[in-house]
Amino acid sequence: MKLRSYSVAGVMLFAALAAFFLFPYNLAFLTRIFIMIILVLSLDLVLGYAGIATLGQAAMYGAGAYAAGLFAIHVWADPFAGLVVGAVAGAALAAVSGVVLMRTTGLTLIMLTIAVAQIGAEIANRMREITGGADGLRGIRPSKILGIWDFDFIGVTGYWYACAVAAFVFGLLSVIGRSPFGLSLRGVHESPERMEAIGVSVFQRRLIAYVMGGGIAGIAGALSAQITQLVSLETFSFTLSAEALIMLILGGTGRLYGAALGTVVFMTVHHLAAANDPFNWLFVIGGLVLTVVFALPSGLVALPTSLKRLSKGDRHARS
Amino acid sequence: MQGLEVRGLSKHFGGLVVSENIDFDLPAGARKALIGPNGAGKSTFANLITGILRPSAGTIRFDGQDIGSLKEAQRVQMGIAKTFQITTLFPQLTVRENLRLPILERQGLGRRLFMRADSNRSVEAEVSALVDQFALGSLADRPVLDLAYGQQRLVEMALSLALKPKVLILDEPAAGVPSSETHLIIDAIERLPDDLAVLVIEHDMDLVFRIARSIVVLVQGRILTEGTPQEIATNAKVRELYLGGSHG
Ligand SMILES: Nc1ncnc2c1ncn2[C@@H]1O[C@H](COP(=O)(O)OP(=O)(O)OP(=O)(O)O)[C@@H](O)[C@H]1O
Ligand SMILES: [Mg+2]
Repeated sequence: MKLRSYSVAGVMLFAALAAFFLFPYNLAFLTRIFIMIILVLSLDLVLGYAGIATLGQAAMYGAGAYAAGLFAIHVWADPFAGLVVGAVAGAALAAVSGVVLMRTTGLTLIMLTIAVAQIGAEIANRMREITGGADGLRGIRPSKILGIWDFDFIGVTGYWYACAVAAFVFGLLSVIGRSPFGLSLRGVHESPERMEAIGVSVFQRRLIAYVMGGGIAGIAGALSAQITQLVSLETFSFTLSAEALIMLILGGTGRLYGAALGTVVFMTVHHLAAANDPFNWLFVIGGLVLTVVFALPSGLVALPTSLKRLSKGDRHARS
Repeated sequence: MQGLEVRGLSKHFGGLVVSENIDFDLPAGARKALIGPNGAGKSTFANLITGILRPSAGTIRFDGQDIGSLKEAQRVQMGIAKTFQITTLFPQLTVRENLRLPILERQGLGRRLFMRADSNRSVEAEVSALVDQFALGSLADRPVLDLAYGQQRLVEMALSLALKPKVLILDEPAAGVPSSETHLIIDAIERLPDDLAVLVIEHDMDLVFRIARSIVVLVQGRILTEGTPQEIATNAKVRELYLGGSHG
């Protein structure tokens, strides 16, 4: 187990270094991948572990982005302080909405999560004196990281900063995933009835998971505000929530590295396909998702196992 | 009184009366069986006690305290546990993980974030003890869904024992267990702590007569009679209604 988590971390660090040197002119895009990885990781905690069906994870992302942006403009431009503010904002929104949402399941829950994100977007749109409305929140100038590294316009600092934050979140969630709490979330996912029967308030456990996921989504939002130095209404968009969900399903739920893998694959395919054919790239993504859902219901992380099973001629592979 | 005290308990599903004015005691150390034909309302009665269902009328006291307003999880924390007639486990988790969950919760470790779930010695010792007790050693690291139905029933029972309850309600613990493994269930029940209050709902009369010191007969939501196994075995009404029927 230990060995595997070190090797996963090693592979990811290597990938980050390789990408940095291989694609020096795509740093903005690569940085965006790290930010999305954090958002998709938050979704993996909420949906992959705890089984909370949501199509509104962008609500907490948007809250974190606006909170961090406003904080940087009006209070303090320190990047880490901004991340903390983003996390608190995301967690707070998840807590307030979760008190109602976590009492529901299924379609009702999904509709409510969408509604919360829509309300967030509407509030940001209406309060244009504060948020900039449809023009977006501008003028975010984060100060030097730890007072040493300035955000350069090529994006080298931003890249490694986002990489470090993503690595931190990944490590944190790996630890939580193996903890008693993480196990209890899998229990809530597998059988809420049995969880109650062993003395656990399923509502409470789901709420904690939702708040944690909200905090992490808030960090992703804050990071995006600092790096793009702009927060738009898009941060609350349904598209963002839905794409995060597709990335997670693509990579495989409940394993964390599936979230990272799915994000990298989705965004890379999106990037390349959109560059080659700006009108039809959605078909490529759609085809990819369909293939994975039908051939690899457990996501891309199951690909090696499935191939092994297939080559052994085991047609009843439990992928 | 130590244990359960049920008075005037009723439950209606719309017009259907499933429990009607039930008075029932389960003192500490009791070994009672609840028998009755299919649809008599046995599982419903168990669900009312554990808080899965809310009664239409009546009171439930535990160790003298009215627990009628408490939620299921709170009653479990007080020591009232139940096994499910329809196996309700964590199918994708391994046998060990299934058992670890209730033990971690009981020891108050369930919300810990910065320790590994399998790293606590006393928890792991309890997990292993239960695995051994139910002869699940060779399957302990397999997901529960890989197990045969009878073995899943054993895990079902082990899960509720992991809670170290004061009141244990077993809803047809042996249903579906191959007769070669029923002894594991009976052994486990016979080895339960003396002060534990046990209520077994069962159609298997061998098991009932092996375990119960007192038998309650439920028919159409009402208690028909309660007595020692001898009294029940010789009771004319029971013989006619129940033992003479398909379950004899
Ligand atoms: N949630 C419910 N809504 C409506 N009717 C119900 C509900 N649960 C149980 N019933 C009905 O209540 C009656 C008693 O059911 P219950 O499961 O308690 O019987 P039982 O004695 O446990 O039977 P068995 O021996 O088959 O397990 C049945 O007629 C059943 O259909
Ligand atoms: Mg029943």
